[in-house]
Amino acid sequence: MAGFKSTEKYIASRDLEVAVNAAVTLQRPLLVKGEPGTGKTVLAHEVAAALGLPLIEWHVKSTTKAQQGLYEYDAVSRLRDGQLGDPRVHDIANYIVRGKLWDAFEADEQVVVLIDEVDKADIEFPNDLLLELDRMQFFVYETRKTIAAKHRPVVIITSNNEKELPDAFLRRCFFHYIRFPDRETMERIVQAHYPDIRKDLAREALNVFFQVRDVPGLKKKPATSELLDWLKLLMVEDLPVEALRTNEKQLVIPPLYGALLKNEQDVHLFERLAFLARRGG
Amino acid sequence: MFSHLVLALRSAGLPASITEYLTLMAAMKAGVAEYSIEDFYYLARATLVKDERHLDKFDRVFAHCFKGLEPPEGVKVEDLPEEWLRKLAEKMLSPEEMEKIKALGGFDAIMNRLKELLEEQKGRHQGGSKWIGTAGTSPFGAYGYNPEGVRIGQEESRHRRAVKVWDKREYRDLDDTVELGTRGMKMALRRLRRFARQGAATELDIADTIRSTANNAGTLDLKMVPERHNTVKVLLFLDVGGSMDDHVKLTEELFSAARTEFKHLEYYYFHNFPYEKVWKNNRRRFEETIPTWQVLRTYGPDYKLIIVGDAAMSPYEITMQGGSVEHYNDEPGTVWLERLSSHYRRSAWLNPTPRQSWAHVRSITMVNDLMEGRMFPLTVNGIDEMTRELSR
Ligand SMILES: Nc1ncnc2c1ncn2[C@@H]1O[C@H](COP(=O)(O)OP(=O)(O)O)[C@@H](O)[C@H]1O
Ligand SMILES: [Mg+2]
Repeated sequence: MAGFKSTEKYIASRDLEVAVNAAVTLQRPLLVKGEPGTGKTVLAHEVAAALGLPLIEWHVKSTTKAQQGLYEYDAVSRLRDGQLGDPRVHDIANYIVRGKLWDAFEADEQVVVLIDEVDKADIEFPNDLLLELDRMQFFVYETRKTIAAKHRPVVIITSNNEKELPDAFLRRCFFHYIRFPDRETMERIVQAHYPDIRKDLAREALNVFFQVRDVPGLKKKPATSELLDWLKLLMVEDLPVEALRTNEKQLVIPPLYGALLKNEQDVHLFERLAFLARRGG
Repeated sequence: MFSHLVLALRSAGLPASITEYLTLMAAMKAGVAEYSIEDFYYLARATLVKDERHLDKFDRVFAHCFKGLEPPEGVKVEDLPEEWLRKLAEKMLSPEEMEKIKALGGFDAIMNRLKELLEEQKGRHQGGSKWIGTAGTSPFGAYGYNPEGVRIGQEESRHRRAVKVWDKREYRDLDDTVELGTRGMKMALRRLRRFARQGAATELDIADTIRSTANNAGTLDLKMVPERHNTVKVLLFLDVGGSMDDHVKLTEELFSAARTEFKHLEYYYFHNFPYEKVWKNNRRRFEETIPTWQVLRTYGPDYKLIIVGDAAMSPYEITMQGGSVEHYNDEPGTVWLERLSSHYRRSAWLNPTPRQSWAHVRSITMVNDLMEGRMFPLTVNGIDEMTRELSR
């Protein structure tokens, strides 16, 4: 099988490559953690592309239940059909709605499944999926059928690092923590997204970016996605590079900083610090 | 030799399990890390560490276990680990074998068996084992083999071709004790939650109604349930002033985390040690005190009592009548603490000072004894331990 490797589009460190390939080879889920914007969601797309497999995405929300990934029994439709005298009502199978994992298990070829942001759901969510992810099968009570994976899917689970996951769940996964990219890696990521960006612009912008990230007390530090958005704006506006010059000792408010700082409190904090710096410097 | 790593990790407090150990073995067999020792390090890390806070510890243990694991001079970096690792994987027990021993005696039995195997290896060394070999047949022969720590090559390698990633310890600031702010605390406290439906059935249970109506062939059959509440009740006793001033921020964070997590949260302040009176408002602490008896009467044994304080004081303040620094107490502190901890079925003491320092402070040891060992550090991990204790 083709392995997963860093590409021109997606910069993966060697440890991430090893973790992905271990998960693929041993057919165990890979849990990827890291702050928002470190490329967790995109990773699943890249893995699918590298392996040449279709991707099934399951985006978890605070109200998502584990059962929804397997199937749901649509009693409301059945009730309605019953009142309307629809003959379909007699077969309960007509009201079983497949979930993402069912789709993945029944697929004719191996697929990659992304379970995105598990930590959003209730604390019990991962526990409720333990057995299903382990055995890659589940039982449909209503129709008394077992749905077993034809091909064990590659499962990538992401978490934004907020909630602790149960031990039993963790023991079954491979784990990778995406560290926030260092300067050099970030240069490569920028290059991957904007191959035509002017070198000096990229350099100065990255200086500003890392300086902003260093401001103590920010509620939400800008991450890769904010940087990429900001760079796009800078390129569109075609600002002179001088506008971005940073000063080691002094914090300067960068142009179009709204793309970097999305939290109002952070904007205020930043403006105040820059103001103080200007007065002091 | 992975067993050596796993053992070392466990004694360093990392929860590496048999499941993970077997996974690592299987991954080695499948050739996931064939190309370099670095890949082996990454693979071991991805398999054995499941929490980024443990990464630094892992690096330290790994560095210690595999000290000197640099390729000897004159051997191509790419060749060495591949051969080494493959042989290694073949030498290890098969997962089935492992399961069998596990059934007999658990993790320690496996480790002992592995140690035996490694001893045998050492014996065979003299006999000229193919694996370890003598100089000439195997690149490691000349450098010897040490079952205690896997030593291939020499510690002071003359050419450090490969930078040892694990020695860089990039995850330094992510260790356990790092304060994670209220989010972490909230998550830790959340474990205390107990949801239950209580009281009169006032809510329509839609799912049940639909189900039973459908089963009724469409004739409506209403089902009601009581509302769902977080029924956990928490009583906080917070030490203020004096030596606690150093810990204000941490205590505040705990307090705010607790506030948002529990609907039934009651709190009172005390100074140094809980005696016969406590207060709710620190600015009016002398004018408006509340008898501790009243607290005991008001909040039943189902409240979980959490006392937060550094327990740093003179032992007299704990054991003596009149030992308090602020007032004359008719009964010694021990009496009050016993009263509290026997009234509340679940109680614990959170201490903002680091656990390592406790043994050196007499009063802390005393309080911990009075609490029968239920003192926990005020860190995310400590709160986690505490919630386990409180929800037993
Ligand atoms: N290593 C990387 N290589 C290329 N692009 C990256 C990388 N990491 C992040 N990005 C880019 O950053 C943005 C955010 O990534 P995303 O996967 O949504 O982050 P997350 O899911 O971790 O919050 C995307 O536009 C993605 O392309
Ligand atoms: Mg994402």
